[in-house]
Amino acid sequence: MSTTDTNNQMDLLSEKAIWVRKETLKIHKIAPETRIASSLSAVEIFVVLYYGKILKIDAKNINWAGRDRFIISKGHGAISLYPILADLGYFDKNELKAVCKEGTFLGGIPDSIIPGFETINGSLGHGLGVACGIAIALKRKNAKESVFVLLGDGELYEGSVWEAIMFAGEHKLDNLNVILDNNRICMLDYCKKILDLEPHEEKFKAFKWDIRTVDGHDVNQLYHSLNILKAERNQKPKLLIANTIKGKGVPSLEMDPLCHIKNLKPAEIDAILVG
Amino acid sequence: MPYKKFKTGGDRCNTRGVSVTAEIKTTRDVFIEEIYKRMHEDENIFFLCADFGSPKLDALREKFPDRFINVGIAEQNLINVATGLALEGYTVFAYAIAPFLTMRAYEQIRVNLSLQAQVKEININLIGVGAGLSYDVSGPTHHCLEDISIMRTLPNMVVFSPSDWALAQKFVDYSINVKKPKYLRFDGKPLPQIYENADAIKFENGFSEIFHGERICLVTTGYMTCKAINVAKKLAENNIPIGVIDVYILKPFNEDLFFETIKNYTHVITLEEAFINKGGLDGLVSTILNSKNSDIQLIRMGFEDAYVFDIGSREYLHKLNNLDEESINKNVKDLTREELK
Repeated sequence: MSTTDTNNQMDLLSEKAIWVRKETLKIHKIAPETRIASSLSAVEIFVVLYYGKILKIDAKNINWAGRDRFIISKGHGAISLYPILADLGYFDKNELKAVCKEGTFLGGIPDSIIPGFETINGSLGHGLGVACGIAIALKRKNAKESVFVLLGDGELYEGSVWEAIMFAGEHKLDNLNVILDNNRICMLDYCKKILDLEPHEEKFKAFKWDIRTVDGHDVNQLYHSLNILKAERNQKPKLLIANTIKGKGVPSLEMDPLCHIKNLKPAEIDAILVG
Repeated sequence: MPYKKFKTGGDRCNTRGVSVTAEIKTTRDVFIEEIYKRMHEDENIFFLCADFGSPKLDALREKFPDRFINVGIAEQNLINVATGLALEGYTVFAYAIAPFLTMRAYEQIRVNLSLQAQVKEININLIGVGAGLSYDVSGPTHHCLEDISIMRTLPNMVVFSPSDWALAQKFVDYSINVKKPKYLRFDGKPLPQIYENADAIKFENGFSEIFHGERICLVTTGYMTCKAINVAKKLAENNIPIGVIDVYILKPFNEDLFFETIKNYTHVITLEEAFINKGGLDGLVSTILNSKNSDIQLIRMGFEDAYVFDIGSREYLHKLNNLDEESINKNVKDLTREELK
């Protein structure tokens, strides 16, 4: 890809991120039960994976054996994926107007009943272990597809995640790519103040992982790192630490330690959408 | 030794194709040996364990290093890795000590097996070894008195509780062909053979009537079935013919056929090496009796609402908790006397 093409693509990804953020706020306006701050920190990650074509997928054939598997372990923070999946044709765009309404399949936390979601989400600490099983299965089949996982940093409090981290390193699962949405805030406070999880790098390194760190809102950095991670088959599972801001794009949420449980007033959302 | 008399051989009873013979085997070894055979021809089978062995497992893990995975002492990850493999279409067996498999990893089982199976087809067979008081002297952490009720609670879950190794051997086909999550509740100790002709077993019904009797029927599962048979045989010698029903699949269960089978009895005694009044085998029977507006009296035998800290053999612990053959015998005789009054 030439420099101009790359620049164009990065511009496109940045525009998509702005659009996804707005669409996510619209969803939150009709469904205030949704976890808006967690969903906003992962916007660029979703945008780069889907519009940057890091993920090999086919919306018309959702169970295609040749697809990359994407496990969204921090399920509550994936409302921002709804507009992307609708845009790509996984389901009708009109469904976005009915999130959390009676009779819809788009709930406050996405499950595998929604086209495009592989697993049951909502309970933290499951996705990585399941992804390890999928990664082993793909290797057994000699399939070249990759497994991607989106983890929240708060999820790292779950012991089951560490069972899986140990397992992935030992089994050299180099087809496994984990993106850590490192927004540094749990439900009640900064992780640092609850029980400090940092530093991540040394811990994963000790369990035989490859680690990279990026600004999780910089589409350029995300795009290049994810491409490298995916292509590299070096006997090691990959961790991309994406440093993000919880509630990114909404000043009243950004870095408020209680933003996880904060709902935005419709007028506040309208003001942001106009801006 | 609870089944000494079978070891010496010759003690046989034949009722409706069911017999108790001298051959004693460990359920898990018979089952694993059969899976080992299947793995030669069926490349779709994975066998996972949480650092738990068996003499028969040694051959399997040596022969199939690519499809045998020891995840370490990590039951939660055992379930999650099994789920990933099953989502990719593999038939998975996940093997661990029963109380740790079911209770340490209960939420993993709920989310990734029970919930997921309602949306996608997954074939995961959880093999829990150490039902009831199998691990008698290891104490209450190793006893497993809750699993029947907690696993029966989960939607989309099959619960298999075999009373002998022949049933377990026969269940291998079911475990591979029926693509659902299943819990296999295996005893930790060698058991005598009850089903001589296990091929005739219909797993879809969930139970077999071993003895047909009058007035009183023992409804049992797992290890306790053999005791029930012994008690029934002794009583038959004294002209008290009681029924014995062995429940080997607690879920799904043919409730109508079960009620048809017990409806002419006046008393049903449930007998399980598990807590009673908490939705176990007694709960299964009680719900059926209630839904059929039956006036059959239900007597529940099992463990009361307390853990067992006493040290001793399984038989000794059974005696302390009124689950030995003598106590069962007495319960039946008391009922018979009551009836005569």
